[in-house]
Amino acid sequence: MSYNFKFDVLLRYIPEIAQGVVLTLQFSVITMVCGLAIGLVVAMASISPLMPLRACARIYVEALRNTPLLVQLFIVFFGLPSIGIRLGANTAALIALSINMGAYGAEILRAGFESVRQSQVEAGRSLGLTAGQTFRHVVLFQAVKTIYPALASQFVLVMLATSVVSSIGATELFHQAAFIDSRTYRSFETYTLITISYLVLTLGFRAFFAGIYWLVFVRRPRR
Amino acid sequence: MIREFGGSDIVYLIEAARWTLLLALTATVGGGLLGIVVAVLRVIPFRPLNWLAIAWINLIQGTPLLGQLFVFFFGLPLVGLSVDAWTAAALSLSIYASAFFGEIWRGSLQSVSQRQWEAGAALGLTYAQRLSHVVLPQAIRISIAPTVGFLVQLVKNTSLTALIGFVELTRASQIISGATFAPLPVYLTAAVIYFVICFSLSQLARMLERRLHVAR
Repeated sequence: MSYNFKFDVLLRYIPEIAQGVVLTLQFSVITMVCGLAIGLVVAMASISPLMPLRACARIYVEALRNTPLLVQLFIVFFGLPSIGIRLGANTAALIALSINMGAYGAEILRAGFESVRQSQVEAGRSLGLTAGQTFRHVVLFQAVKTIYPALASQFVLVMLATSVVSSIGATELFHQAAFIDSRTYRSFETYTLITISYLVLTLGFRAFFAGIYWLVFVRRPRR
Repeated sequence: MIREFGGSDIVYLIEAARWTLLLALTATVGGGLLGIVVAVLRVIPFRPLNWLAIAWINLIQGTPLLGQLFVFFFGLPLVGLSVDAWTAAALSLSIYASAFFGEIWRGSLQSVSQRQWEAGAALGLTYAQRLSHVVLPQAIRISIAPTVGFLVQLVKNTSLTALIGFVELTRASQIISGATFAPLPVYLTAAVIYFVICFSLSQLARMLERRLHVAR
């Protein structure tokens, strides 16, 4: 039995795929921003001198990192309505993705904070810089340089993870695939093409982030 | 007929978790064997094979697992192989794991210092002897903790196979949730089961990391 591949029927759906790419990028950026905001709070809690705060941060990070995103998504989308919280698919997806990213973001940011040696802060202060200046000119740059690669690969991971939210009907690239599939009955071609679109996005962003790293941290004169 | 979410459902979920574990185990074995090939192709001194391995790793790590799963599930029947959800799931998870295992093990191999190779050579050992008696034992020790750590990802990612209809823990939760109309307790129970499995693995990885590090 031979199968005739017909990728050409998909050409008509290029606008849908392009729209899916844009939606996936929107999901990824919003998730990264909200997730890092949550992560910042959790990371601060995890290095605070107060034991209960540290414990809460630990529980949050471990609970989110040791359960599947898909189950977290189902809890938010299918579970919350039974306690009266009803969310649209896109909202539920963004909440689940952000809460999930928050746990990974917290770990990345904490590693960043801890990577800057205390002696660097002391050096800054002894040069007569204020605490704010020390943070801005000494600590921040080094911390960002340390966590930049982790953040860049996390962005790609988030982008790939957004495909999961199509399962509750949130509209992103993978959701567009289901739409095209239902119109063309060409499942194999559709999912191959969509998966390749992700590959292009991934490789594009990896190159982009590597370029930014080189511009900001490598080529830049020592400061 | 709507019924209450009760003890028998929890038993059903725990039984479904066996499939989660079995799938993760299959992917570990399949992905492990393929991963050895990927790691070897990545390090042997022959450029085209290195590129092949790099292309493989980029292809797998650069596309969503859900996409790979769907491509296998919809694609294999077209080339005449009849696949059920289990075959598609086991194959795509093995392939997914091979890219990660390959990278973990390549890293472990390369983190053994070059001087260890030279020391072996100075003692008059052959290449094979240096590899099997000097380098591999150290590389294996370095690789154990990250390998166990990756198993957490693998267990979590088996949940995606629910979306092609393979009945593991997540799909079982969907089924029970449909029968009981009690999604919150059902999915929370599933989350707890996943947590117990994954947290144990994470702690094991952490413990191994500490122990093997101190021993060095």
